[in-house]
Amino acid sequence: MACNASSCQSNCHRNEEQAQEEEFGGSANSISNYNDRNLNVCVKCKSNEPISGGNAEDGRFCADCFRSNLYGKFRLAVISNAMICPTDNVLVAFSGGSSSRVALQFVHEMQDKSQKNFDASRDRSLPVFGVGVAFIDERAIFPVSSHEIDKAIQDFRSIVSALAPPRKELHVVPIENICSSSSSDGRDRLKNLLDAISDSTGKEDLLLHLRMLSLQKIASENGYNRVVLGSCTSSIACHVISAIVKGQGYSLPGDIQYVDARWEIPVVLPLRDCLTQELNRLCHLDGLKTVELHKVPYSGINGLVSSFVTLLQKENPSRECTIVRTAGKLTPFHFNSIPEKSDSNTTLATQRRLKKYNLKPNESLSSESFCPVCNSPLNKSDLLRQSNLQNHQTSSDIFGAACCSSCRFQILPKDPSSMEHFYTHLPQPLVARAKRGGYGNLSLLREQIQDCLISDSEDES
Amino acid sequence: MEEADGNGKSMKGRGRLCCICSKRRAALKRPKTLEQICRECFYEVFEEEIHQVIVENQLFKPGERIAIGASGGKDSTVLAYVLSELNQRHNYGLDLFLLSVDEGITGYRDDSLETVKRNEIQYGLPLKIVSYKDLYGWTMDEIVKMIGLKNNCTFCGVFRRQALDRGAALLKVDKLATGHNADDIAETVLLNILRGDIARLSRCTSIITGEDGPIPRCKPFKYTYEKEIVMYAYFKRLDYFSTECIYSPNAYRGFAREFIKDLERIRPRAILDIIQSGEDFRISTSTKMPEQGTCERCGYISSQKWCKACVLLEGLNRGLPKLGIGRSRGLNDDRKKGIKENIGTKSIESKQCGTLDF
Ligand SMILES: [Zn+2]
Ligand SMILES: [Zn+2]
Ligand SMILES: [Zn+2]
Ligand SMILES: [Zn+2]
Ligand SMILES: [Zn+2]
Repeated sequence: MACNASSCQSNCHRNEEQAQEEEFGGSANSISNYNDRNLNVCVKCKSNEPISGGNAEDGRFCADCFRSNLYGKFRLAVISNAMICPTDNVLVAFSGGSSSRVALQFVHEMQDKSQKNFDASRDRSLPVFGVGVAFIDERAIFPVSSHEIDKAIQDFRSIVSALAPPRKELHVVPIENICSSSSSDGRDRLKNLLDAISDSTGKEDLLLHLRMLSLQKIASENGYNRVVLGSCTSSIACHVISAIVKGQGYSLPGDIQYVDARWEIPVVLPLRDCLTQELNRLCHLDGLKTVELHKVPYSGINGLVSSFVTLLQKENPSRECTIVRTAGKLTPFHFNSIPEKSDSNTTLATQRRLKKYNLKPNESLSSESFCPVCNSPLNKSDLLRQSNLQNHQTSSDIFGAACCSSCRFQILPKDPSSMEHFYTHLPQPLVARAKRGGYGNLSLLREQIQDCLISDSEDES
Repeated sequence: MEEADGNGKSMKGRGRLCCICSKRRAALKRPKTLEQICRECFYEVFEEEIHQVIVENQLFKPGERIAIGASGGKDSTVLAYVLSELNQRHNYGLDLFLLSVDEGITGYRDDSLETVKRNEIQYGLPLKIVSYKDLYGWTMDEIVKMIGLKNNCTFCGVFRRQALDRGAALLKVDKLATGHNADDIAETVLLNILRGDIARLSRCTSIITGEDGPIPRCKPFKYTYEKEIVMYAYFKRLDYFSTECIYSPNAYRGFAREFIKDLERIRPRAILDIIQSGEDFRISTSTKMPEQGTCERCGYISSQKWCKACVLLEGLNRGLPKLGIGRSRGLNDDRKKGIKENIGTKSIESKQCGTLDF
């Protein structure tokens, strides 16, 4: 081929610095030394046979080294970001797929180790953190047979109960519970809500936000103080591209760090440095059972992004890492670290650990405003629009103005009566969030100047 | 294009009126908004949007001399046409020039230069052509003869960028306007993410670049969709040249460009959203481009002792054309290169050869 990109080092937009970056990127994920060309032994322990299949990156480890390398990435992420402390109670979000299956397994192994340490230690100074598991039942939305889901839930129960003690509780909660305490009413409300959205990508994304709200609800009602997600490099790479495509470049860096503490219960991503391929492989190697339940292929923008990233990864096996690493260099938000505890319950060991990894104490809280639908920090133009609100507005108008432009485009109905309808079906936690945020401030301001406003037609419920 | 896409609906839509003027029959679906509008309204919104971009971003000042990078392709041809229209209509007070680079590629550049020469007459804009032969002593044909088809893009890209600056200096212009459109900029945002180039990511959406360099460059088409440019050229019957460079046959589109076209199909706004993301990225000021100095040999801006063009030229003149092309490569890089070659000819970017259609 006359000029393909690999022969075109300095064309268009490339330069040296960038090429160096790329070289670095290529080796970022491999520990191995490529001078060592002996293909028949594991590159790490130099004794066992490497596992077959797989790509160049992980195909040269033996099963044990592969496993310990993967666990090592998880452990490093947990420790260096203070994700889990001995006094914590951790809720693992579990879907049945390989990522959350590995997340559960690794959290369990970590708990198991600290349990053993606890049993062995004399002074019993370090308590063992608690673990629970949450499964969001989405049969109300997805065309999966109830029989199939019931069977899967049975499987999940046996998976969770088969893990060594301490006992882990499995919370199975229907997604519609976020809309109403009554299940049938919840289903109706959820259906109404989703039907009001015309954009298929918007529908998928709202569902994602509702899933997070559900997890938050389970965590807060059951005394958990961390939510563990199975998000891995591959899924985060997809999120990076979709966020860019949806115009969410401002809020993107907040979504892809190890810690996301903008929620009532902080969310952590300990598998951020693991590839989907690796997680699948571990499930395969260790016989970890996975159940793909709600695996309806994405449509719309999310579908395009996911096949694009798959294609890129095929073309270059380090592409997903590069995407996440690049986006990781965007400046995170103040909420991207575990908030410091005000009480001095943190043990000495934890403090020592924090010191070791040089974790900075939380920056002073910045005055970020958040979109009530997706909880993204709002950019300047969103805030500007909000402050330019006219006087004669309904609650749903005010709510709409408080949303980010991406949600306004792909989720909120354009036509005022549908918007009104949509607004009345929104889950309570979401409306509450809006009131706490800018929208609440706005109504507060409005109350103060109420007597000077000519029209009193707006409804402030 | 007019009504070809209405499968079955075309009968119904036949008498539909333009949704802007409500007077004339709608002749096209506007790619950016999917509004059905008439030709006249299309011309008007197309030109007016560009005018607004120019005004809001203060791209030009009255009395400035502006060179339009003219390749003869659709983007630069439409840019030349629209800029000269707007300059008259809104009294920008600009002296406009066409600036072309003659790489010396028989069968490609000589033909496209004929187009630019016709544009010179059609739009009444003075044309300056700078050639690789004059600037560097080598034509692209001669370079290819010496180094083969591999790596010639390196020369293309480096030489053209500098040639444009030198041409602009000869014309004594204040600024260079290029035809980069919204699709190009969206593609660049994605490419910089895919390649890990945070420094470029932070400035690739700037509408004016190189203000610290010899000649600032600006992109009046930053928010203009490629499809609308094609539509405008088509309806206005503008005279442009559409053959690909023979040394960089773009028989395929790059991954990123294809992705953008797919996105546009289901959500036209995605192109603008990508640019918006690029503008909104939170990038700390410490991620800057390397300090620019000047080339010790030719005085052109360079972060190294010699600029890239001088290094390449030195190689050509000493009969060592590989000089300056590769860097010292480790085994790791060879392995990666091997993977790329096995996958085949498809690359992630769409314009292999610098931007031939600047
Ligand atoms: Zn080994
Ligand atoms: Zn939002
Ligand atoms: Zn019209
Ligand atoms: Zn080329
Ligand atoms: Zn030089």
